[in-house]
Amino acid sequence: MSRLFIARNKRVAARNLDGEMMIMSGKDSTLFTLNKTATIIWQAADGATPLDEIVERRICPVFEVEPAAALQDAETLARELATHGILDVSDEPIDSSTQVGNAPAGDSR
Amino acid sequence: MPELISPVECLHLTIEIGGMPVRVNTTDPNFLGMLQDRYAGFLGTPHRPAAEFDVDLAGPAPGEHDADVRVTQRAGKWTLTRGDFRAEWEPASRTGRIRQTANPYSIDAILRIVHSLMLAEEGGGFLLHAASAIRNGKAFLFAGVSGAGKTTISRLAPPDATLLTDEISYVRKQGSGYVAYGTPFAGELAKLGENVSAPISQLYLLAQGPENRVDPVAPGQAARDLLANVLFFAEESELVQRAFHAACEFVSRVPVSRLTFVPDARAWEMIG
Repeated sequence: MSRLFIARNKRVAARNLDGEMMIMSGKDSTLFTLNKTATIIWQAADGATPLDEIVERRICPVFEVEPAAALQDAETLARELATHGILDVSDEPIDSSTQVGNAPAGDSR
Repeated sequence: MPELISPVECLHLTIEIGGMPVRVNTTDPNFLGMLQDRYAGFLGTPHRPAAEFDVDLAGPAPGEHDADVRVTQRAGKWTLTRGDFRAEWEPASRTGRIRQTANPYSIDAILRIVHSLMLAEEGGGFLLHAASAIRNGKAFLFAGVSGAGKTTISRLAPPDATLLTDEISYVRKQGSGYVAYGTPFAGELAKLGENVSAPISQLYLLAQGPENRVDPVAPGQAARDLLANVLFFAEESELVQRAFHAACEFVSRVPVSRLTFVPDARAWEMIG
């Protein structure tokens, strides 16, 4: 089974405002608000950690869901975020030094 | 032997908005006079302008009849085009050229764009679709799209309030806070703002309703509403990111509320 790697797109600006993750695409200025699951995936998208590991370590313990079902949902979500240019997805590790921009993922407060 | 080339007198004036002087050079005394009238109260000294433009009073080039403004950057030079003007500006040298007919509307639009670019370059500031006023030494912004009530709230301002603008507010970051400046960019009130400034105390998102009330707005929603009202012309990825971070930073430092008001003077009892 191939593993999926995800990285934050460098043309995206992100900010956590009072627990709400805001994302703006630098490509077309579209503004997104991520839910909790998407926020976890976004913050963990370093290009090196496979998605199944992110799900197992970061999502399953928080939401108490079955790993297989959670991974399927996470893959669907990651590919959807990729269609909006928010994430880059690949079957191979992604060089984060070229893919991850300077968008801070931390709180602004 | 008669001289074949007669010298042309170069005239100039400096329009200072938001503490940023922009020098305009022209050879046409009538155009100069029109600008002096249009920007009365915002004329500054010509020392160290943030930008300087030579104005060529001519019609638009063939093919440039698009009513939408286009702002692009290439090799460090910005190009601003609309059906009625074409301007080029190089921030590194602070110089540029404008080609337009002798009307005040073209250069007004150019100034808005250039100031928005300068504020983005400076970082943290922006132009905002908002009325603004100073009361008790503090500036208040009233943001909203056309019809939200910017002119109405401006018209209702009490005598002790100083109106900065009823249409386009000028926001600059200063230290850990923000300052609002008066602008000559007027809306339906057709009145220039006062050329003064004050620290921003509050941003109100305008809504007209059956009663006067002020409701707090969560930072995420505040950022969304603020971004919807920021004047933004360029589609450059880096500038989009800067505008986004500027808006997020602003709402994390300045209280944002929704001001629902009935159109009478009692609305101002909640402000200041």
